[in-house]
Amino acid sequence: MPLLEVEGVTVRFRGLTAVEDVSFQVEEGEFVAIIGPNGAGKTTLFNVIAGSQRPSRGRVRLGGRIITGLSPAEVSRLGVGRTFQIARPFGSLTVRENILLAAGREQLGRAWASLRLRHHDRAAARATELLLRRTGLEAVAEKRASELNVGELRRLEIARAMAGRPRLLLLDEPAAGLGVDGILPLRGIIGDLRGQGVTVLLVEHHVGFALSLADRVVVLDQGRVIAVGLPDQIRRDPRVIRAYLGEEEQELEPAPAPPAGEAPGPREGGRAEGVGGLA
Amino acid sequence: MSYAVVVGVTVTIYCLLTLGLNVIAGYAGQPHLGQAAFFGLGAYVAAILATRYGLPFWLDLPAALVLTGLVGVLLGAISLRLREDFLAITTIGLNFVMVAIFQYVPFFGGAMGITDVPLPSLGSYTFDNSAFLVVGLLMVCAVALFSAYLERTWFGAVLAAIKDDEVAAAAIGISVPVYKIAAFALGTATAGAAGSLYAHFMSVVTPASFSFSESVVLLSMLVFGGLGTIRGALLGAVVLGVMPEVFRFVSDYRMLLYGVLLLLMVRFQPAGLLGEGSWLHALLRRRRLERGGLGRAAA
Repeated sequence: MPLLEVEGVTVRFRGLTAVEDVSFQVEEGEFVAIIGPNGAGKTTLFNVIAGSQRPSRGRVRLGGRIITGLSPAEVSRLGVGRTFQIARPFGSLTVRENILLAAGREQLGRAWASLRLRHHDRAAARATELLLRRTGLEAVAEKRASELNVGELRRLEIARAMAGRPRLLLLDEPAAGLGVDGILPLRGIIGDLRGQGVTVLLVEHHVGFALSLADRVVVLDQGRVIAVGLPDQIRRDPRVIRAYLGEEEQELEPAPAPPAGEAPGPREGGRAEGVGGLA
Repeated sequence: MSYAVVVGVTVTIYCLLTLGLNVIAGYAGQPHLGQAAFFGLGAYVAAILATRYGLPFWLDLPAALVLTGLVGVLLGAISLRLREDFLAITTIGLNFVMVAIFQYVPFFGGAMGITDVPLPSLGSYTFDNSAFLVVGLLMVCAVALFSAYLERTWFGAVLAAIKDDEVAAAAIGISVPVYKIAAFALGTATAGAAGSLYAHFMSVVTPASFSFSESVVLLSMLVFGGLGTIRGALLGAVVLGVMPEVFRFVSDYRMLLYGVLLLLMVRFQPAGLLGEGSWLHALLRRRRLERGGLGRAAA
């Protein structure tokens, strides 16, 4: 059974159809990217999965269970972690506490358990340390989250979402607004998630970034799925090229230039093989 | 001396009210402009239980605490789903409605309120003002310690998260409404307990004492001292509680003064006098660090 099943999801805002009859699946352990030009409905679709937008039609299943109609908090507790495109840190808490709070979620469901002292939870503290290290936030762990720069905030978003040990991680345009020096470490962190067996659904405007990370790509245009396939197929797909050429020509170039020592060719080849094994 | 004790008891009651308000408005960030109504509810519950049912202070105090907290849960459940600005207006409305109920429902004694609330006693000892002060101070200590504990629990961090960003809080699985209601329950229950102390201390409970303007006074105290901190809640209650008593002229223009102070604080020191990041707090911390640094250098 696929971990995530999106079945015929349609979202209408008054007269406007933002997402129309979108269906796709994400297998356990897979890394899927949803790409598409501006206004393709990526964020709306993302919000439907995360529970913050009710679809007009269709439904979403997580591990076979219908999650459409649940609140974002309920969806989160069922194992869906998410990041926000414009980072939403808990600004008055330190970076460490931001992550710790998400790691201690077992304490948060029951009123009495939440009256325990935070520092008594060793398991949550260990998980927090590990995530601080993996996301390279150790140096700023004691800073208030409101003092972080954009790149650090993006990494905090991922660390916080991962702290809840999600079955499915939803990444909402993590590379948006980052320069090359911000994107490279981020790509490393997101790439590492694969090694940890996390299932990832990435929504990304940045095509090069998405294609370099994903096992499989879903392309949206004007609310519809216009292509599904391996990154290499997507890169050559005329419909995709047309959809992007329609508005932004240069988008199909791998936008974040890979660093000198990192040749894109073999990496992508390796990934395609990996997908073959999965399929 | 005895006058000072009376002022002291009044200030302890203010402290209880601002500490309670601090859980709702400070920790959870919910603008609550009806704290005086819950204070009044606690006072009425205690006064009615004491005068009509002969309950001693030691029993009507917890009763006022629990009952006010329960009403807080009920009203919180209705109003806390609202957006912040609407919540502020709703709690103002709530204050007016509750005062109207005290005033017009005969059960609460009308405009004359409830009189002859007996003095508490402990064995054969009947309370004088000093005893009220001791009990008041003990209650303030208990609530302040509980607040300090709360800050270090998961609950405390959840409230901070909700204050910072409700959407992000929900995204990590926090049931935002449940925690808001819990904060509301704690804050209003504290006001209820303060109400019981007040009813026995004044021996008279009238609707006018719990008007909306009292709620504004309480919020002014908290904002003045430092929203979200225990020291701020206490400092605000002490300074703004004592001022009208020390300077008579202040008492005539009390509301005006509080209004101006509130505006000035929000404009120039939004963290309050002793809040995180305030000018005074930063200065005190620098002093302490310097002293600590020198001490270490000498050693």
